[in-house]
Amino acid sequence: MSAPAHQIKRGVSLYSFQEEYFLRTLSVEDCIRVAGEIGARGIEIIPEQMIPGFPHVSDEFVEDWFAWMERYGTTPVATDLFLDTKLHPDRWLTREEQVASICRDVDIAVRLGAGIVRAIINTPPEVMEEAAPYAEEQGVRLLLEVHAPFHYEHPWILEHLEVMHRTGSPALGLMPDMGTYVERFPRVVSERALRDGAEPELVDLIVKTYDDHGDTHALMDVVNYRGGGPADFGLARQATHYIWSEPKAMLEHMPLIGHIQAKFYEMTDDGVEYSIPYDRIVPVLVEGGFDGHLSSEYEGNRHIQDVHPVDSVEQVRRQHAMFARLLGETA
Amino acid sequence: MFDKYIVCEEGFRVLDDGRTGGVVEVRMPYYRGLTLSMVEAVDLVLDGRPVPPSRTTFTVHGHTYRFDQLPHTTDDRWEMGERAQLAFETDEPLAPGEHEVAVTVRLRISYMPVPGGGRDSKRLTLAA
Repeated sequence: MSAPAHQIKRGVSLYSFQEEYFLRTLSVEDCIRVAGEIGARGIEIIPEQMIPGFPHVSDEFVEDWFAWMERYGTTPVATDLFLDTKLHPDRWLTREEQVASICRDVDIAVRLGAGIVRAIINTPPEVMEEAAPYAEEQGVRLLLEVHAPFHYEHPWILEHLEVMHRTGSPALGLMPDMGTYVERFPRVVSERALRDGAEPELVDLIVKTYDDHGDTHALMDVVNYRGGGPADFGLARQATHYIWSEPKAMLEHMPLIGHIQAKFYEMTDDGVEYSIPYDRIVPVLVEGGFDGHLSSEYEGNRHIQDVHPVDSVEQVRRQHAMFARLLGETA
Repeated sequence: MFDKYIVCEEGFRVLDDGRTGGVVEVRMPYYRGLTLSMVEAVDLVLDGRPVPPSRTTFTVHGHTYRFDQLPHTTDDRWEMGERAQLAFETDEPLAPGEHEVAVTVRLRISYMPVPGGGRDSKRLTLAA
């Protein structure tokens, strides 16, 4: 079976290798090398994570960066920005300072040759609007991440959509995080809660409520009524923070979607994501004519590091084997 | 998310400047570096006894700060995975051998409504 023609490309956010980078078992260069080996050729980086000295980016780093791209057959695609509205202990960042922070990060993206900047979900719509002309001038798209528990009908996202549609700015758009398509509760998370002392009956209740796509609003309260402790509350809160929604909801917004953060928690030995049905997500992207990158975002390390050695490279490798299959690159 | 890595196994040592006390190396339990003004606390409990922040200093890549300086330090960062040196003064010299070292890190993360950070506790042997 071959997939319909499409222009979807594969990439990886180096965020995926956070465990190894934190422990200094993989350098930035190593991360890019393995990305190339895996065939995840579009590179996304969090400058604040992997460029010491941020926001200063040295000429030496930039030189190395492009040399690595050349050497490993990869291309810079996206950078991820943060907006530290609480930079100061005694006051909120002013709107002007927030816009300046975004523009600074646009400049960094330009230096690194990335045409896309991930705007973090807490970026206010009015700040996006004010920063858009500068991004446009610099040839960069500012894409708001649509991250769980947000979705396309949420008021916060609707406010952003209003700005995008009213201004019609070509610099503004969306970056859906596939953590908004968690169909069943990640078992790496519930298993960790059990190891941390959660009550098995309460874990079952939480997982079952989530998996049935039931009402999770009052889960923390119910867990409290049933005598839960911190591990149970933590898990219940997680259940309110993952969401499942219909992937086809992306179709309506496809003209705004420039990049996909392909969040995942566990690629199983069978080569599928345990929680997120990529076999139903990728066809939606193909149908919508998405032509950007599916950018891996592995986030399972934090849930297994207490009992297993983390192998983020293998996890990303498995996700890309799945993508290659779903995109019709392999049989 | 990186709580178990906060207290470094290596580098626990006595102060080498004539004062009584020691140094423990610590990492930030977060997936990116953070400007120091958002590092609200790096609290140390040694052998069950809290060490007041006024008796500790914090060093990143050779730059040393008192904790009352951090809230206004916006031109330096604690990088992701960087081993910072938490130096502390004690009344008595540290006894050789094992010590229980507990560290709590509190971070101000703008997109989170509650404080970020984490805690870790390890038994460390004082380097000879």
